[in-house]
Amino acid sequence: MASSAITVLIVDDEAPIRRFLKATLAVNDYRTLEAETAAEALRLMRHLPPELVLLDLGLPDMDGLDLIREIRARSPVPIVVLSSRGEEAAKVAALDLGADDYVTKPFGTDELMARMRAALRHRLADRGAEPVFSAGPLTVDLARHLVTLRGAEVKLSPKEFAILQELVVHAGKVLTHRHLFRAVWGQDDGDQTSLRVFVRQLRVKLEADPARPTLLLTEPGVGYRLAG
Amino acid sequence: MAKMAAGVRPSPESFLAKAERAGRGRLKIFFGAAPGVGKTYEMLTAAQAAKREGVDVVIGVVETHGRAETMALVQGLEIVPMAEISYRGRALSEMDVDAVLKRRPQLVLVDELAHANAPGSRHPKRHQDVEELLEAGVDVFTTLNVQHLESLNDVVARITRVRVRETVPDRLFDLAEEVEVIDLTPDALRLRLAAGKVYVREQAERAVRHFFQPGNLTALRELALRRTAERVDSDMRDYMAAHGIEGPWPAGERVLVAIDERPGAAALVRAGKRLADRARAPWHCVSIETARHARLSEVERDRIADTLRLAEALGAEALTLPGGADVAEELLDFARRRNVTTIVVGKAKRTRWFALTRGSVVADLVDRAGPIAVQVMAGDGETAAPKTVEARAATSGRRSPGAYAVAALAVAVAGAAGLAIDLVIDLPNISLIFVPAVLLIALRYGAGPSLAASLLSAVAYNFLFTDPRFSLTVNDPSNVVAIVFFSLTAVVASSVAARVRAQTLSARSQARVTAELYAFSRKLAAVATEDDLLWAASHQVALMLKADVVLLTASRAGLVIGGAYPPEDTIEPGELAAATWAYEHDEPAGRGSATLPGATRLFLPLKTSRGKLGVVGVARRAAGPILTPVERRLLDALADQTAVALDRIRLGADVDEARLEAETERLRGALLTSVSHDFKTPLATIMGVITSLRSYGGLYDDATRDEMLASAQTETERLNRFVANLLDVVKLDAGGVAAMSDEIDLEDIVGAALRRAGGALGDRAVTLDFPETPLVALGDPVLIEHALVNVLENAGKHTPPSAQIAIEGRRDGDGVTLSVTDDGPGIAPEDVPHVFERFYRSAGGDRKTPGAGLGLAIARGFVEALSGTVTVETPPSGRGARFVLRLRGGRAAGEQGRA
Repeated sequence: MASSAITVLIVDDEAPIRRFLKATLAVNDYRTLEAETAAEALRLMRHLPPELVLLDLGLPDMDGLDLIREIRARSPVPIVVLSSRGEEAAKVAALDLGADDYVTKPFGTDELMARMRAALRHRLADRGAEPVFSAGPLTVDLARHLVTLRGAEVKLSPKEFAILQELVVHAGKVLTHRHLFRAVWGQDDGDQTSLRVFVRQLRVKLEADPARPTLLLTEPGVGYRLAG
Repeated sequence: MAKMAAGVRPSPESFLAKAERAGRGRLKIFFGAAPGVGKTYEMLTAAQAAKREGVDVVIGVVETHGRAETMALVQGLEIVPMAEISYRGRALSEMDVDAVLKRRPQLVLVDELAHANAPGSRHPKRHQDVEELLEAGVDVFTTLNVQHLESLNDVVARITRVRVRETVPDRLFDLAEEVEVIDLTPDALRLRLAAGKVYVREQAERAVRHFFQPGNLTALRELALRRTAERVDSDMRDYMAAHGIEGPWPAGERVLVAIDERPGAAALVRAGKRLADRARAPWHCVSIETARHARLSEVERDRIADTLRLAEALGAEALTLPGGADVAEELLDFARRRNVTTIVVGKAKRTRWFALTRGSVVADLVDRAGPIAVQVMAGDGETAAPKTVEARAATSGRRSPGAYAVAALAVAVAGAAGLAIDLVIDLPNISLIFVPAVLLIALRYGAGPSLAASLLSAVAYNFLFTDPRFSLTVNDPSNVVAIVFFSLTAVVASSVAARVRAQTLSARSQARVTAELYAFSRKLAAVATEDDLLWAASHQVALMLKADVVLLTASRAGLVIGGAYPPEDTIEPGELAAATWAYEHDEPAGRGSATLPGATRLFLPLKTSRGKLGVVGVARRAAGPILTPVERRLLDALADQTAVALDRIRLGADVDEARLEAETERLRGALLTSVSHDFKTPLATIMGVITSLRSYGGLYDDATRDEMLASAQTETERLNRFVANLLDVVKLDAGGVAAMSDEIDLEDIVGAALRRAGGALGDRAVTLDFPETPLVALGDPVLIEHALVNVLENAGKHTPPSAQIAIEGRRDGDGVTLSVTDDGPGIAPEDVPHVFERFYRSAGGDRKTPGAGLGLAIARGFVEALSGTVTVETPPSGRGARFVLRLRGGRAAGEQGRA
């Protein structure tokens, strides 16, 4: 999915991490910018706006969440957060503030690449690409409201489709419960029970083994993700 | 209370009441069983609703105690600024009644009705402020706890062991237009307390711990509900009376409470009120003034007056009636005139002497009451004996004139018997007939009467059996000698018998004391915590000595009350000074002693050979010496027992602490060993691979290089897992597992856990068995997932690659269970009890399975933090192992969620 030289801004105060990220991204045809502090990051963004930001939450001069707020106030650039283990609350907060996804340290590069691609895909979709999503036997045509599994059409209730649609549009990215509530019900919060029930029903209809899903994945304590 | 008229016309009283109420404001009380149930919150919610409907609402005074949810409800309501009262150099804020009156709102919120205002305020109590506001026509919302009601003060003190001093008269409670009970189950309230959502004063820690026991809360809750139900009843009656509807209840019950100067009178009055309320009857409180009353002390007279005032405050007609010696007759006369149906009296504790000379009022009443019921109530909390003199009189001999009369009678009987025998047989030593009589008198009545009996016998012998008969003259000089020797015999015999009797009595009283001490020590032996011990001890000592007892123990802040009966929470500085002196100097201090005799209590130090433990303070409400020497010895014995029991409990606690420390040391040691090994092993591999590739990278073929890098990656992942486990352990230890109470779909979590543990499970077959309807657990999804992953990884580590893993979810009553069963080699019996211990690894081989032995310990720690359990058992097939996680259950999907 790499287009010509997408610019990625790496914001992390640990030099070794920046080094290996830079190397890995370069090999994958990304151009990189580096910032060690939040202030530096904001400055760079003013002059050379990147197309994706990799942001470590544990910065020395500003709380990572505040930096997300600052960035979001100026730009819709995709943000992937690098978080430490066990910070579920911080992850959810980051996502609700506008970050697109997260990887938990220590992470494998393939996971990182996948998340970055998913975050960028959404932007590309904005540019008019990909109304049809497919993953394995599942195909979702958003324009025609059609879902097929192994060629056969699957009937989904309006709410089920709405949830699936949202997940598909953000394929590969994690969506918090709040995000789904807003997207599907229009409220900021709601009864998790209903959401759970719908996801369960979707799994029954779309997964080979609903109890061990490979498409509709749960991120415990955070939300859901469509494998992409 | 409105009474029923004979016909079905609405009663005039109800009209009057209605007219009276027309100009007044209406009072609504938010009533709760304990602090923290949410009364202020509800009051504010109701106020906000009223405001939305256009009512002019202001806040007079509201205590939010810093709770965010409550403070949020204050937003938007106008607050009348409080008045500043300066008292002893401090500035206190109280509700500004004048400001509220000037503002003249429709409705004002006044929190904590029972609050006592700072000195210098207009009224000493806030409920008086509220009454003023009601008079002025302002409606009031207020909050109140059940323990602040005057009529329930005793009952609550007995339940909670804390006596609350700020009380609100029942009149106000019954007068309120509306009483809303804010009810919370004891479990829910305890959860709120644990979550820090309940405000408690700092110093009241101990009282709070006891106060919030489930048993207490249940009792308080019942009290609150019942008291409100009584109100509803009376509301219903008022309504029916006002609308002329005839009721189904029996008419004409009336209660009379008879009081005197004894200390239990106040409790008797409160008991009488409860009885009257239950019978829905009017009641009277009467004190009969007899000649004896002229000789009462000031204290006792005051007590009678206070009791009558209390009765009036509780709604009785209080009267003092003049009377003669026959108190019972006066009472019955009054009762008959007023159609009283039940007379309530206190249990008589007078001595036989009192009863013989002055009669027992209770006995007379019971005898002569006829159709009137007589209820004899136990003196609740009655502690003082009337006079220590009376107490003594009970134990010594019965020197009543009656004894002498009986002695004379016995001699007469013996004489008559002698005469009778004499008619039949001629006995030379007929004098002996008197000896049994004398001995019997000596055994029964003691030295005095028996001496009298001997002398009388001598006279009788002379009169009846020596010549000349029936005269006191003696003809035969040998008879004189006989009489003299007979007298001596009788006297000696009587004194011996009397001494025997005295010893018997003394032995009996000793036995009684010993039995009481034994019972005391048995009671103490059964008590497990220090707190309970001090309370039990104070209670027992108070009962045995019939005195007020307080037990103080040493703490960092000086002596503090450990227990008291009747329940006390605070101690005056003067008393505390005496107690501290006694403690420091190891000598008695206070009333009746040489030091600080002005204190009301006598304080004795409590100590054992190991050291000082505290002080016991004893007070009697009657004047005079606090303790007789006998009682003093008893108290010493009781104090020693208490000290020993206290020592035992503290030693037990010390042992527990020492054990805990030893265990901590062991864990620390195990941790260090484990960390050094389990860090170094993977690091060694990683280091080796990297340095090797750097130095010889080019020499390896691609396959080898890839293999080495793969193993470095595996080791990194292993290290990562180990670090994660360590962090979890630290978090559990620090108590930092703040678990959420979310509703979790178990199948969902199991799916996520399987994904994460996939590597450890490899190619093992995993089967899932869940019911059709979603299984919902209550807890924290992250913690449950971690726990599950640990259990699965454990299964992966200890079973062969061909093993089968079965995961099953079931409902189990209120909760849900998740079981992970494998058909591997199972767990060795000697390992089973240690499986969940930290750093425990089965001794199978040379630690062939990698890992620190933390996984299962963490799984259990997490699940237990969610109020669940983790256990291991052998599956029914007999092979392998099964781990069962029990979790709290949530609502099933499909049930209505909260709006």
